[in-house]
Amino acid sequence: MTITEKILASAAGKEKVAPGEIVTVKVDLAMMTDIIGPRIEIAERLKELGARVWDPEKVVVVSDHYTPPATARQADIVKFTREWAQSQGIQRYHEYEGACHQILAEKGYIKPGMVAVGTDSHTCMGGAVGAFATGIGSTEMLGVLVTGEIWFKVPATIKVIWEGKPGAGVMAKDLILKTCGVIGHAGATYRALEFTGPAINALPMDERWCIANMAVEMGAKNGIIEADEVTAAFFQKIGVDEGKHFSSDPDAAYLQIIRLDAGQLEPQVACPPAVDQVHPIREVAGERIDQAYVGSCTGGRLNDLKAVAKILEGRKVAKNVRLLVSPASRDVYLEALKAGLLETIAAAGGVILAPTCGACVGAHSGLLAAGERCISATNRNFVGRMGSPQAEVYLASPATVAASAIEGRIADPRPYLEG
Amino acid sequence: MPQGVLRGKAWKFGDNINTDLISPAQYMELDYESIGRHAMEGVMPGFADRISKGDFIVAGENFGSGSSRETAQIALKYAGVGGVIAKSFARIFFRNSINTGLPVLELQEVDRIDQGDELEIDLAKGEVKNLSKNESYAVPPLPPNVRELVEAGGLIPYLKAKLQNT
Ligand code: SF4
Repeated sequence: MTITEKILASAAGKEKVAPGEIVTVKVDLAMMTDIIGPRIEIAERLKELGARVWDPEKVVVVSDHYTPPATARQADIVKFTREWAQSQGIQRYHEYEGACHQILAEKGYIKPGMVAVGTDSHTCMGGAVGAFATGIGSTEMLGVLVTGEIWFKVPATIKVIWEGKPGAGVMAKDLILKTCGVIGHAGATYRALEFTGPAINALPMDERWCIANMAVEMGAKNGIIEADEVTAAFFQKIGVDEGKHFSSDPDAAYLQIIRLDAGQLEPQVACPPAVDQVHPIREVAGERIDQAYVGSCTGGRLNDLKAVAKILEGRKVAKNVRLLVSPASRDVYLEALKAGLLETIAAAGGVILAPTCGACVGAHSGLLAAGERCISATNRNFVGRMGSPQAEVYLASPATVAASAIEGRIADPRPYLEG
Repeated sequence: MPQGVLRGKAWKFGDNINTDLISPAQYMELDYESIGRHAMEGVMPGFADRISKGDFIVAGENFGSGSSRETAQIALKYAGVGGVIAKSFARIFFRNSINTGLPVLELQEVDRIDQGDELEIDLAKGEVKNLSKNESYAVPPLPPNVRELVEAGGLIPYLKAKLQNT
């Protein structure tokens, strides 16, 4: 069996499961946000059913999309979310602390071997520690909150093997964008994506989250990376018990095996309006930009900010461009502050924003006007995602975003890292 | 999901109609009626005003990709969409639709249906009739546990029944 199959089998109390089989599993972690959380029917329907949350200790609620609120209505939603969490005895409520998936990651809420669900499609990010993590809708969440269980069709797994060693200026984001380009926007629909190979194993935890985060951009149910020493060291560092490691059997059956080489990889850019319109940097370099955005659960971690600061050090953001930087969480903010990264970014002309979903989801803090173009270290470039439907979003690594901010057009970060 | 026979006109869309096109995030803080008025705005501004209640969206591959937000279902329902027929669906969207009772049907013959065709859907039979072309297409059956949900009318009525029995 694959890791995904083993976790689902274990959570269903079965010896074995096979792709296509429908299993009912116990949920270890259920996460909701402000934007799609209690306020979309959950609170009201729970009342109507006369039910309470099955186990408040397994629930996490994060107000991240609407913090800080841009409108009174957004403020109402955050207030409602906060009060509901309190009323249900949910201790793990966070607001103004960063993007929900980063909270699950850095607080150690998501652990190897868990079954985790969240009312946000990028919940699949949790797979970076070898958990089965997937996004669900709010009605589905209501079912989880009442029963503590959910049904899944066991997904067949596509194995993505990344060989080689990426060169300087090539980040996890480039690996996953390339993967999206190869598999396509819907190429892994209903599948599990298992990421493995020397290039994945060599990634620090910060970079692994970025890989699993974007599994859903290929339509996948979950993305998963086997837990190893890097995972163990991460849990040791944050002082949390690390849960159970599962690994795929050597004879596990895969639907497909895709081999890619990180050694040959250039920085990648996904062009508007789809995540799979992926091109090597040389094909898009020179395109004019108006905004450069670094942040989100995809590209706002410490490693990302380090890459940005390294490129910006002693340089200036181009006059016609605004660089916006939203650290993925309060913890990341603080660490970046202590390390002097935020100072470097601000000195170069970057604007440091609160840790928030903000512009990533087009809710506040840096939306785009019609006709504007943004290069962004986030995970989606759909029409209208970051503001006007007439704006365009290019996706790239934080390093590429930083280099582009300096030049005012899409630029290769590698020359900035030489010598 | 409502039972019986549904009738309406086809509104055709292409592949990869994602949740940001169905219901852009900037409207998510509005009330449901207003969310509905902006339905499909990313691909067809004015969609909600142009359709008649009960009309169907007929789309290509991977309808509903992207976010897990059920505002996509809310937008379509409040705009008056009677159901979505597509070659394939993104999985979270499909599940959310089943759970919230928005009829969704996977159909390979989508290309046989033209803009404006009159359709009749028999959910129980799993059949789509194209009245304008005098054709009918069979919808592949759902797995038993999903059927159970559909027959209950969505997850909430299903849970209600379940809670009453325990
Ligand atoms: S940062 Fe962006 S992708 Fe991540 S949870 Fe927030 S809105 Fe979604």
